[in-house]
Amino acid sequence: MFKSMYNWIDERLDITPLWRDVADHEVPEHVNPAHHFSAFVYCFGGLTFFITVIQILSGMFLTMYYVPDIINAYASVDYLNHKVAFGGIVRGMHHFGASLVIVMMFLHTLRVFFTGSYKAPREMNWVVGMLIFFIMLGLGFTGYLLPWDNKAYFATKVGVQIAESVPYIGPYIGEFLYGGDIVGAQTLTRFFAIHVFFLPGALIAMLAAHFLMIRKQGISGPL
Amino acid sequence: MSNHEHQETAHRPVQRKEMSRRQFLSYTLGGTTAFMMGGAVLPMVRFAVDPLLAKKAEGTWVKVVEESKITTEPQEFKFQIHQVDGWYVSDPELSAWITKDANNNIFALSPVCKHLGCTIGWNTLGHHEYDCPCHGARYTVDGKNLAVAPHPLDEYEVKVENGFVYVGPVKANSRV
Repeated sequence: MFKSMYNWIDERLDITPLWRDVADHEVPEHVNPAHHFSAFVYCFGGLTFFITVIQILSGMFLTMYYVPDIINAYASVDYLNHKVAFGGIVRGMHHFGASLVIVMMFLHTLRVFFTGSYKAPREMNWVVGMLIFFIMLGLGFTGYLLPWDNKAYFATKVGVQIAESVPYIGPYIGEFLYGGDIVGAQTLTRFFAIHVFFLPGALIAMLAAHFLMIRKQGISGPL
Repeated sequence: MSNHEHQETAHRPVQRKEMSRRQFLSYTLGGTTAFMMGGAVLPMVRFAVDPLLAKKAEGTWVKVVEESKITTEPQEFKFQIHQVDGWYVSDPELSAWITKDANNNIFALSPVCKHLGCTIGWNTLGHHEYDCPCHGARYTVDGKNLAVAPHPLDEYEVKVENGFVYVGPVKANSRV
């Protein structure tokens, strides 16, 4: 059935070359764990992406119940976590997945570093990778405030105070992040906007660049 | 004997339905992918449809007014219901038009117009009818639709206990 559906579309739109261009590429022997088991280190980038997809999906579902408002935020998180079926699992996926993304990204970075894959001609991809790393840290920082409990409140207070210690422009950064003088209603809404719209948008653009470059340049050679 | 066997195989060549390497790989990889996607996505889908599967709240009775205050002329009475909406708990105020008919039966009509949901009023135009201010829908004292509206006014379930009128969930009009 799927085959005939695919063929029906393919006859009209000739979609085969499109996905073949994306999907058909050789995996060199030195990155294939079936040949050398130690090549599993090359999986960390893909695992980072896999967990990122889970983060995006679970985050989309969480916003069905969450409200970024100082009166209701904690109550809505409490409700979705304890009253909604699988709430603990979906929020758990997002909560633990956030840590796991950082772990996988760190391992991926180590692999790239120790195989020297960042060297010419792939320096730009290293730089984009670092940008992705900082976007992920930003997602972690802004997401931490959203449950609006004590831990969230004080972590944000400390984090913004660190940002305020930047010479000269620090106070402006602090006021921008707070949306005022305190961690309050305006901080919560702007952290929500940054966490849900701005940073994911930037992340997807950077990931696209990251993947385009690696397809264009190919995986670096064996050690 | 071996000769005989040989002849047999020569007669009907072995036709085992072998799975090709490609088929095997696409089944196993496809199955694994489906399993992993399902593991990730199914909890989220169940999470999203939870309101559909949640146990519905039972309709409760609210004490509204003394039975003796009800007349054959419709009167509007306000009453509060307790409403739990996810994490938001409130006591919104509703109103009902409560009347006694010729047989002393007490009934309560919902003030929501069945045309487009505006709030109707009794006798605002002096015709002894319910009138809707939005598009001129009109209803009789029993809630029967006379103009514009496609259905009669909804009715609240009503019970009288110890001299008080209690109002329950909304149902379709049972009087017309």
